[in-house]
Amino acid sequence: MKILTTSNLKKHFPIRSGVFLQVTGYVKALEKVNFAISEGETIGIVGESGCGKSTLGKTIVKIYEPTDGKITYFDPSGQSHDITKSLPRKVKATFRKDLQMIFQNPFDSLDPRMTVKDIIKEPIDTHRLFDNEKSKDEYIRELLNKVGLDTEYAGRYPHEFSGGQRQRIAIARSISVRPRLLICDEPTSALDVSVQSQIINLLKEIQRETNMAFIFISHNLDVVYHMSDRILVMYLGNIVESAPSTSLFGKPTHPYTKALMSAIPSWNPTKRKLDKVKLEGEPPSPINPPSGCPFHPRCQYRLEICDKIKPEPIEVSEGHFSSCHLYAKQ
Amino acid sequence: MEGTRKRVTESFFKHKLGVFGLVVLAILYLIIIFADFIAPYNYTTTHRNFVYAAPSKIRFRDLEGKWRGPYICEMTKARDPITYEVIFTEDLNTVVPVKFFVRGEEYKFLGIWTTNLHLFGVEESPDKAMLLLFGADRFGRDLFSRIVVGGRVSMTVGLLGTFLSVFIGAIIGSLSGYYGGRIDILIQRFIELLRSFPRIPLWLALAVIVPPNWPSTWVYFGIVTVLSLIGWMGVARVMRGLVLSLKEKEFVLAAKVMGVSDMKIIRKHLIPNTLSYLIVVSTLSIPGMILGESSISFLGLGIKEPMTSWGLLLKQAQSLSELESHPWLMIPGIFIMIAVLSFNFVGDALRDAVDPYRTVEKL
Repeated sequence: MKILTTSNLKKHFPIRSGVFLQVTGYVKALEKVNFAISEGETIGIVGESGCGKSTLGKTIVKIYEPTDGKITYFDPSGQSHDITKSLPRKVKATFRKDLQMIFQNPFDSLDPRMTVKDIIKEPIDTHRLFDNEKSKDEYIRELLNKVGLDTEYAGRYPHEFSGGQRQRIAIARSISVRPRLLICDEPTSALDVSVQSQIINLLKEIQRETNMAFIFISHNLDVVYHMSDRILVMYLGNIVESAPSTSLFGKPTHPYTKALMSAIPSWNPTKRKLDKVKLEGEPPSPINPPSGCPFHPRCQYRLEICDKIKPEPIEVSEGHFSSCHLYAKQ
Repeated sequence: MEGTRKRVTESFFKHKLGVFGLVVLAILYLIIIFADFIAPYNYTTTHRNFVYAAPSKIRFRDLEGKWRGPYICEMTKARDPITYEVIFTEDLNTVVPVKFFVRGEEYKFLGIWTTNLHLFGVEESPDKAMLLLFGADRFGRDLFSRIVVGGRVSMTVGLLGTFLSVFIGAIIGSLSGYYGGRIDILIQRFIELLRSFPRIPLWLALAVIVPPNWPSTWVYFGIVTVLSLIGWMGVARVMRGLVLSLKEKEFVLAAKVMGVSDMKIIRKHLIPNTLSYLIVVSTLSIPGMILGESSISFLGLGIKEPMTSWGLLLKQAQSLSELESHPWLMIPGIFIMIAVLSFNFVGDALRDAVDPYRTVEKL
């Protein structure tokens, strides 16, 4: 069952300057993003810093207002709602319960003035899951156990914990209302490698138990591969390649994806990388993106057409889409 | 949190001036709480024989040089036959001993039980001799008693006014910072507009609204309201800045994603996280409030007779000729100074303790 779809989702941030704060330009963070997510599915989103991954996550959960396009939300009964412009009052409660988010920085995502118990209690109280304190306390203890924290920690403050423990608290908080879709915005990038795997395994375990759908945003390809059924590769606000994870890693098609993959450091220094695709320079500014294909200035397979026409997604194999002129059918 | 609290208290007590200010303030507040007990006379009782009497001379040895303990002499009032000036002459043969715990005028201790015990004073009838530490005013009222009781208004107006203005300022400031956009611009321009008016005329204009026939306690609250209606703007500015940086924090975004309402986010996340700054800002804005009340009362639009405040007491010292012949009428000004300085010291120390990076500017 579908939970959320977007069509041609666009987000431009106005740049204001001058005395009267006139709009002098736009940061084009998202351009025509299309995807759909169903229950139990995990979508991974990868890309460099500043490519719009986090903007996509925040636009989906309605922290940002989309500039254009459409977001459709399907409530648990399967009814569809257009939530692009605003959240209708009726849908708001179920939407806010169905979609939860885990943030990148566990040192920033927990209110330093609240105890662990109050932090986890906040969403529970907001959605009035329990009406008596006793069963609420019981449930909070159960949640702490589930994420692998001691129940005695409930009365402590966030600064008493390590990064990994804080991220566990954040996870306990977000799964407390039993959401159908959990958006993980780089949940492991602020953590040690050893802790990263614990958090990833915890998330996978939660998914197995609850059939929760995940949108997993990361710049770490390994982590995304480990987690996802389907991967979207983003570049400068565009999805350049979208494929099932095995297919993407087995046979990457877009030059940018290849470049990203060859950038993964190998644990074996003598082992050769697959294709030597080197990325040169910085990604162009999203304020003034290049014409045609956004990747063409850095692409070594550049064709004549690339700086003129923006490529549409082309299905190169089943369920594997690549926005590149190299695969255009003549 | 515990660690922070410990660090803050430790660094506060390292600040010598701040601790000094705190001690002075504690003494001042003790004095105003037990004002009736400490004041040797009722602050409203007039004494015809002691109009504009100078501070009493406290003597220890009598004419023969014998130790008599602290005492004052009886006074007789006479007029200079040519200038009609009042002249007080001490009758050096009389001895009126100054004692602790003497019986005097009746009052209600802490407003509960009636008693006539005073901390110190003389047992002689106030027709013949009065213990006037700071002299008397034009109705022969004891200035010391009036200062002690007047402190009740002056020292609490700042607290109440600041509380109210911090309350208003915190709410408006966080709304402005949290919603941003048009609301923010509107509120900020409005604050700039209000702030560009000269302060004293604005106070006066607002004080005129307080009806002259109101009882004095109402006038008191009227003054508090007037002061805080102007005082909230500085707080609102600081608060807006803090909220602007806080609202991008992930825990606020997380609360939004959870579906927590805006008002609850402001109440449960934004205000608690700015509380330490708010406390500092309030301590730093109390002196302004005290001075504001003094100014309004000094100009005759604030607290009215027979109630008293330091500003009102200073009003008597408005003309130069008064000051020249009765310089003790300036003493209430010294009390204002002491109170304002102490609050400033405490505020500075608190700011340095809470905020090592000095993000809160002095208002």
